[in-house]
Amino acid sequence: MSVSKRFRWSAVLDHSILIIGSLIMILPVVMLLQMASTTDIHTMKNGPGLIFGDQLPVNFEKAMFKADGFTGANTGVRMLYNSMILGFGFAIGKIVIGMMAAYAIVYFRLRFATLAFWVIFTTLLLPLEVRILPSYEIVQRLGMLNTYQGLIIPLIASATATFFFRQFFRSIPEELVEAARIDGAGPIKFFVDILVPLSRTMIAAMFIIMFVYGWNQYLWPTMITTEEGMFTLVRGIKQITQTLEGTNLPEYGRSNLLAIIAILPPVLIVIFFQSWFVKGLTESDK
Amino acid sequence: MKRAGFSNRWLPILFLIPQLAIIFIFFYWPAAHAIRSSFYLQDPFGFGETFVGLKNYTAMFNSAAYLRSAWFTVIFTVIVTFLSLSIALLLAVKADKVIRGAKTYRTLLMWVYAVAPPVAGVIGLILFDQSWGPIKDFVALFGWDFRLGVDYFDTAFAMVTISVWKQLPVNFIFFLSGLQAIPKSVREAALIDNRSASGRFWDVTFPLLAPTGFFLLIINITYSLFDTFGVIDTVVKGEPGNNPMTLVYKVYVDGFRGNDLGGSSAQSVILMILVLALTIFQFRMVERRIHYT
Repeated sequence: MSVSKRFRWSAVLDHSILIIGSLIMILPVVMLLQMASTTDIHTMKNGPGLIFGDQLPVNFEKAMFKADGFTGANTGVRMLYNSMILGFGFAIGKIVIGMMAAYAIVYFRLRFATLAFWVIFTTLLLPLEVRILPSYEIVQRLGMLNTYQGLIIPLIASATATFFFRQFFRSIPEELVEAARIDGAGPIKFFVDILVPLSRTMIAAMFIIMFVYGWNQYLWPTMITTEEGMFTLVRGIKQITQTLEGTNLPEYGRSNLLAIIAILPPVLIVIFFQSWFVKGLTESDK
Repeated sequence: MKRAGFSNRWLPILFLIPQLAIIFIFFYWPAAHAIRSSFYLQDPFGFGETFVGLKNYTAMFNSAAYLRSAWFTVIFTVIVTFLSLSIALLLAVKADKVIRGAKTYRTLLMWVYAVAPPVAGVIGLILFDQSWGPIKDFVALFGWDFRLGVDYFDTAFAMVTISVWKQLPVNFIFFLSGLQAIPKSVREAALIDNRSASGRFWDVTFPLLAPTGFFLLIINITYSLFDTFGVIDTVVKGEPGNNPMTLVYKVYVDGFRGNDLGGSSAQSVILMILVLALTIFQFRMVERRIHYT
């Protein structure tokens, strides 16, 4: 009796801790939504509250279609489009290039294999942030400022995906290549018809991690895009906070909805593809 | 290489070229460029440069602003790493223990992974708002007159809070999967040997989680150093002034805004050395870890 009672009390404690933790994670975003559902005057006077208003559609319209700045090109729709290009472009580019390189390293007898390996894996050591200015200069010299390739390609210059696929390819039994070769499959056929289908789960896991990573980039897009038509949502956040500062009536509704739209796609992906996401995260070891 | 594989001559080179080209243009070239620029003084209007040897470095280490930022970075990194690791560990242990609602808790505690740091910064601006920020109102109950962006300590406090909030999910996910990887037989044996739950945790679970914890330690240090850029930039609203800033933010401010390319490059080089040291340390420890697990 006493044992079961003590057990129950500890369960109450466990659940309380988990509930408090969950609330801390979720309440700030509920607050964004609440502020986006009332008029800006109401928010300005009272701040975030408990009662939801009916202004969501109005604010949504503003968030998606209103633009500020000189060219009027940074509407929510435009920024959403740019974020999509960055997210998909980065994830696909990284996976394709990484898989090709990993395939060459694992399945071919190369004379300079060890050298190639080290040249590629040194990139794991230094994040883009520490070489940000020279990278900017080089992109500028190549005339790639305010272009999608200038936005995406320098971000791909690190070997995380290559490393991940190398590990995975090495875990595939060697007999598979032997069998394929006996059956007369060439290297390209083996890659396309056997290795790629076999890697499906790995590709999905990697895609989720990379999409979220690309979508959430901030520093690089801030430097590389100065034209408003090229802003991504996450980069546009800066503009949002600056408009909050300058005006008489800050547009809390619009800016908070934009913030919600900026987190929605990656959050949905993480929630719905949770098991792949966790697999990609914990098995890639970053 | 253990593979027999194919012996085609040109195909592997063809497959490697995209990766190698990108790496050389956007990794080795800029890195080399940064090292070179750190020994030069650039004309602010772009008219040439002069070799100044180590002057950029000596100027940097003699600058009060740089040392202040370096100290802030160290303290910030230690606090963010410690708090986000310990809170995440507590949540992961509880989430591993409960049966009912385990999946829901897991989802609720991990989704913030997908929130971009600057968006977390925007949320922080609202929470600590001068006129009606909920956290500002709350701490006012204890007589704390919170001034974001004005008071050095208050601004640093907000940065730490937001950065920890944003980092909790990653640590939670890794700790939880580490806990779930502990074999059932080990748990049952521990249950027989040790009746106290906290004793079991410190004697059995915690040492078994040590490799995960060590890996996360490095991840969290890198996060505090680099990925918090977005948080800091939104909290100071792009105008650092006298506010606290990390070393990476200072590289950006000095080089991109202040146009001090040489000085900024010297700062980059120091950061590169720091990251290299961290990574080598990590590899060493990983090698050693293989021996005893």
